Amino acid sequence: MLSVLSKRKEQVQTNTASSGLWRLAVQRLKADRIAMASLFIVFAYFIVLLLSVTGVIASDWNKEVAVSYAPPTFMGADTEDSPLSPVAKQVEVLPENPVDPLKDILRELNTQTAQQTSGNAAIDYYGVTDPLASDMQAINQQLGGELLDQKQELKSTLAFGADKWGQDVLLKTIKGAETSILVGLLSALLAVVIGTFLGAIAGYFGGWVDDVLNWFYNIFTSIPYLLLVLAVAAVLQQKGILSIVLILGLTGWTGVFRLIRAEYMKHKSREYVLAAKAIGVSHFRRMFVHIFPNVSHIALVQISILVVAFIKSEVILSFLGFGVPVGVVSWGSMLNEAQTELILGKWWQLAAASIAMAVLVTAFSMFTDALRDALDPKLK
Amino acid sequence: MTTINESPLLKVENLEVSFKSESKQWIKTVKGISFSIPKNKTVALVGESGSGKSVTSLAVMGLLPKGQSQISEQSQIRFEDKDLLNLSVAELRNICGKDIAMIFQEPMSSLNPVFTVGDQIAEVLRIHLGMGRKQARARVLELLKEVGIPSPDTKIDAYPSQLSGGQQQRVMIAMAIACEPKLLIADEPTTALDVTIQKQIIDLLESLRQRREMSMLFITHDLALVGEIADEVIVMRHGEIRESGDAQQVLEQPNDVYTRALLHCRPQLSSRPYRLPVTSDFMKQENGQLIEAINLSTSHLQERSRGLTGDEPIILDVQNLKKSFYSRKGLWGRDEFQAVKGVSFKLAKGKTLGLVGESGSGKTTIGLLLMRLHEATGGQAFIDGKDILAMSEKEFALYQRKIQIIFQNPYASLNPRFTIGQILLEPMRIHGIGQNDQERKKIALELLERVSLPVEAYDRYPHEFSGGQRQRIAIARCLTLKPEILICDESVSALDVSVQAQVLNLLQDLQDEFGLSYIFISHDLSVVKYISDQVMVMNHGEVVEIANSDELYLNPQHEYTQKLLKAIPQGIA
Repeated sequence: MLSVLSKRKEQVQTNTASSGLWRLAVQRLKADRIAMASLFIVFAYFIVLLLSVTGVIASDWNKEVAVSYAPPTFMGADTEDSPLSPVAKQVEVLPENPVDPLKDILRELNTQTAQQTSGNAAIDYYGVTDPLASDMQAINQQLGGELLDQKQELKSTLAFGADKWGQDVLLKTIKGAETSILVGLLSALLAVVIGTFLGAIAGYFGGWVDDVLNWFYNIFTSIPYLLLVLAVAAVLQQKGILSIVLILGLTGWTGVFRLIRAEYMKHKSREYVLAAKAIGVSHFRRMFVHIFPNVSHIALVQISILVVAFIKSEVILSFLGFGVPVGVVSWGSMLNEAQTELILGKWWQLAAASIAMAVLVTAFSMFTDALRDALDPKLK
Repeated sequence: MTTINESPLLKVENLEVSFKSESKQWIKTVKGISFSIPKNKTVALVGESGSGKSVTSLAVMGLLPKGQSQISEQSQIRFEDKDLLNLSVAELRNICGKDIAMIFQEPMSSLNPVFTVGDQIAEVLRIHLGMGRKQARARVLELLKEVGIPSPDTKIDAYPSQLSGGQQQRVMIAMAIACEPKLLIADEPTTALDVTIQKQIIDLLESLRQRREMSMLFITHDLALVGEIADEVIVMRHGEIRESGDAQQVLEQPNDVYTRALLHCRPQLSSRPYRLPVTSDFMKQENGQLIEAINLSTSHLQERSRGLTGDEPIILDVQNLKKSFYSRKGLWGRDEFQAVKGVSFKLAKGKTLGLVGESGSGKTTIGLLLMRLHEATGGQAFIDGKDILAMSEKEFALYQRKIQIIFQNPYASLNPRFTIGQILLEPMRIHGIGQNDQERKKIALELLERVSLPVEAYDRYPHEFSGGQRQRIAIARCLTLKPEILICDESVSALDVSVQAQVLNLLQDLQDEFGLSYIFISHDLSVVKYISDQVMVMNHGEVVEIANSDELYLNPQHEYTQKLLKAIPQGIA
């Protein structure tokens, strides 16, 4: 046995850098390929986020750079030659129905419209004559052709297409990421801080403190989630990123509270905490200096789980109209717009926002999973 | 049955087991061992932690975790002409559990808490013997009677939590012998049990083995126990067999250095040397070989005399200490459980008071009460004429420096996220010892040296140390406060014999050097005899007997003390 000790001593002496549990966790994480790939993806998102916040990229996302609903490049530009080409051209003339009693009237109407279309180019998409077309023409001539010329500079196709207002969907997605990730991170942080603090107090002190906090928790969780969210939204009375962070943070701490409380109940009677009490360590120090580092892996994992959940929640809130204000773009507001576009067959905004979100959420969850495994303190 | 003694029941040949380490390397834990178990005999596998004894038994049962471990191709485990390592899963399942059965260390965690014990034993019968419900129940009743469970008709429908630890282990044994196995593997079956219960279980196993003509593989770290039960002994160390042979012969005239060293470093009831010999006093490692190197000084041979004369100054005076735990009963009522029922004793300065008793006797509670880690229900404890139990928290902070505690489990009592330096500096910072951190660090380094740890330990984390080293760190942490009284709550119970001797020597040296007074709480009667001047025997929260240790062991007055002393395994002495 003594030789084991001396061998161990040698071992301890040879690797000079002492490794704490955190460092061991990082080592374990580094050995996990999926975790590192996920981490890489998450990092890439954060770099894009940083560039977007500082205004290096996507600061001009709300400029009209393409025609309305310009399709993605790989689909090619629309089959129409000109953006102003009448849709009516595509309306097919149906074959005549010989038994139709109205066939004569129909035939007359058809020839009439055919004459009109060939004679007048100012017909917009839905086959309605623009009554202001001649006035616009006149104004345009007055301005030296700038008004309508500008439209000709608009691209007919973009890498990821354009939305209704001709904004680049790619830039919009990047700008939307800024809002969504910020909301997700900040509200997760807020929720975990509240949950950890209350959970630590409840679990550590127990007794009536625990009872009171548990009653509070029970009342909180007995209110339906959406109702609670809407109630907080109604109280805050203003739309904005800060409001969403508060709404999600103030309603999302309950799960963390339960987990942390359970951990503190377990740890407070562990021998190392008793030993700390025996040498006279104060309550506060025992709670946050001694116990917290030993349960912090739970808080950390909860943050990453909540980030994923809150990014999705922001989408739901924006979809319900309680999300970001007009003029701010987020993945949620993009999805909200997508519901009307889909009917017209313009799927690319929906696809861009969904893919961006799915990739981030998946990468983040996988990373979270690996993080949980790596941080699991196997106390030998 | 003419060839009864010709071929052994189990023959293990060249068994080699490797485990995957965290850095994905294969590390050999069992290094090609061979042994055999004859029919109708008990073979004991002895060794300290890490010797590979449990791994060996798990390999026989096919219970090693797949993927994490591998058994070498050359290995063979033959059970009645079948090689267990080459059987299909179905065939193996047929043998293990039926012909080979196993009992584990922790009966509490081996039984499923949501089924009655009757159901759990019946399940074995129904799976392996295909018995019907009624038939199985009748058989279970017989088995429970056979393993000596009182009133089996009612206990058959009891849940594991309703049974005591000893009864739970009896249920485990009933389950193991249900299918009349030919080989019973018992992996430290009594380590978690009290010494009186241990004796009963050992007697039960031995009588069962004889009655049923089984063989038994008995795995233990306790050499004294081996002498009581085993016919043959195998001593293992670091995955190798050091010595094997007839139990009597190995224990009385060991051939191997390591066996000899192990036998010597255990405190014995019959003698009390000035210092306990440790394994390094007997051997040293040279070129990977253990070489005998006896290095005993006079202090190992000289007897230390212990006991109180009655003139010693009293440092701690405990009077009528009481502790009750309450549990809710009904809506308004409450149940009172008296853990400590009015205990009084005096601790002499520079002396050791041993506290013995079985689990539930309240000995650990006394330690926690004196440290004010639990609040006492009644009674006083005087240090310097002041009652430390009645003080405010603030006042007690001053006395905290005088009385400190070392816990049982060195793996749990050090905060895993703190470096050793942080662990040692914290108490000094709180109590304002040393002018600044520089000075405190100096004290900490001195203390590390005092408990024979390298200075480099200062910046390391607890998980890098072995159990014995961690217990030294815990001792050093207490010493930072320069206490006068040290409560050792089972402080050496979780350690291997050789490490235990080192820690006991350290505690003794510190007492000689600083004049510390110890309250030494333990269930191990020979350790208590070695270290104590005075011994207090407790049972159900009451003091049964208190006397000078030599006197108490020689001439126990109380019936309970006599029973306790009789239960000590006498395998070697």
